[in-house]
Amino acid sequence: MTDEPIVVLKNLTKSFGTNRVLKGIDLSVRKGEVVSVIGASGSGKSTMLRCINLLERPSSGSIEFCGENVLGKDFDLRRYRTKVGMVFQQFNLFNNMNVLRNCVVGQRRVLGRSKAEAEETAMRFLAKVGMDAYVNARPRQLSGGQKQRVAIARALSMDPDVLLFDEPTSALDPEMVGEVLHVMKELASSGLTMIVVTHEMSFAREVSSRVVFMDGGVVAEDASPEVIFNRPANPRTAEFLHRVLDREV
Amino acid sequence: MAFFSEVKKIWLAYYPQLFMGMGNTLLIALVSTVIGLLIGILVGIVRTIPLSRKPLLRWVQRVINFLLSAYIEIFRGTPMMVQAMVIFWGYAFLSGGTTLPLLPSAILIVSVNTGAYIAEIVRGGIISVDTGQYEGAESIGMSHFQIMFHVVIPQVMRNILPAVSNEFIINIKDTSVLSVIGVVELFTQAKNVAKGTFAIFETYAIVCVMYFVMTFSVSLLLRLVERLLEGKSTYTICGSQSDSASMIRITKEDAPND
Repeated sequence: MTDEPIVVLKNLTKSFGTNRVLKGIDLSVRKGEVVSVIGASGSGKSTMLRCINLLERPSSGSIEFCGENVLGKDFDLRRYRTKVGMVFQQFNLFNNMNVLRNCVVGQRRVLGRSKAEAEETAMRFLAKVGMDAYVNARPRQLSGGQKQRVAIARALSMDPDVLLFDEPTSALDPEMVGEVLHVMKELASSGLTMIVVTHEMSFAREVSSRVVFMDGGVVAEDASPEVIFNRPANPRTAEFLHRVLDREV
Repeated sequence: MAFFSEVKKIWLAYYPQLFMGMGNTLLIALVSTVIGLLIGILVGIVRTIPLSRKPLLRWVQRVINFLLSAYIEIFRGTPMMVQAMVIFWGYAFLSGGTTLPLLPSAILIVSVNTGAYIAEIVRGGIISVDTGQYEGAESIGMSHFQIMFHVVIPQVMRNILPAVSNEFIINIKDTSVLSVIGVVELFTQAKNVAKGTFAIFETYAIVCVMYFVMTFSVSLLLRLVERLLEGKSTYTICGSQSDSASMIRITKEDAPND
């Protein structure tokens, strides 16, 4: 981990009509950090994540990536998106392609890699997530956990600098959560910068270098997992954790 | 029976003419459905491009979208028989008497008409593709046209095939209205034969069967294509824990936990 910030959000807001979902987010993520974003449903976690790679356009504020203004007029959005990968709750694998092509198509069409290079890269990451045996299966033939692992391999194949996870285990059956979290833990220890919106408190506590607690569209607390889980400064954090952790046991 | 002997007599005397008409009918319907499908896909894609954030570009998009909607509404909203007359004689009027050759005119009219219908079918197909497919593609940096070409349209094609088959079958039957401008397709030939023999019932009974043979064959053929587009229902797992060279063939469609 270095001190160099890679993603910086300043006073970010987002409204859907009259509904203000983000009310001024300030967040700085350094290279190599694993930041878990926790908070109640509707607190704006996913919206913030989707703003980072501009699947949602922020209403105001700024986003900087490696010091560059992402919302600027001449910013190359497509190149940026190859640098900021995303893993979705609903996997969003391409239904018309098999596992290998899912991981190859972006490399070839967006990065302009050769077929051989793209396939080699795809195979490397599919092996990393344990899905290399399934190269010719279609998404509909896979279980949820398998799909999510392929989705992670697809994102990694683009060689991103940052990987965003939008509740990656929330759509999975309980017995499949483990296989996906296992892959994510390995990625975290490999030094990849990750921002993870999650309801998995054990992941947030054990794997992340920092935990951000969001409440009502703002960052209510931003501290190490140690502090957040043991002696939170904000009473809202304590209240939230009390609620979810009580249910977990 | 008198009916069957009359039918046989007409068939033997006129089958080359009727087959020639059938050939033209199939040619016009096939070529027009293909061209109409291309028009429809193109119009469907253009109409679903998200509006640009640049004011000038957004304005251009609005004008194009307006023109495309006008095209669809006009060609869906008027009878093809009337369109045939207006286009064919409109050209003759403007050019001072020269007319367009018949077969290309016929293909033009049916294509443009089919395009208007298929554009809406395609638009419906595009809308019905899960937004997650777009977001997944956007998140790895694909452009709108790349997303359309590699991800959305292949899924749309599979989903709209039954509706496009419908259009093809409708076209086979509706080319009959082109007899108003004198295109020599099956219906025109039927009229000619009926005029020559006065055996109107017998002639049209033959033609009825001929139309049905065409539409039913196309129906069966396209159902086969649909099945091919479904893709394989099996996949192979390469390697197992004990043997890296093994191939395990999985034949069930869905994983048990999905």
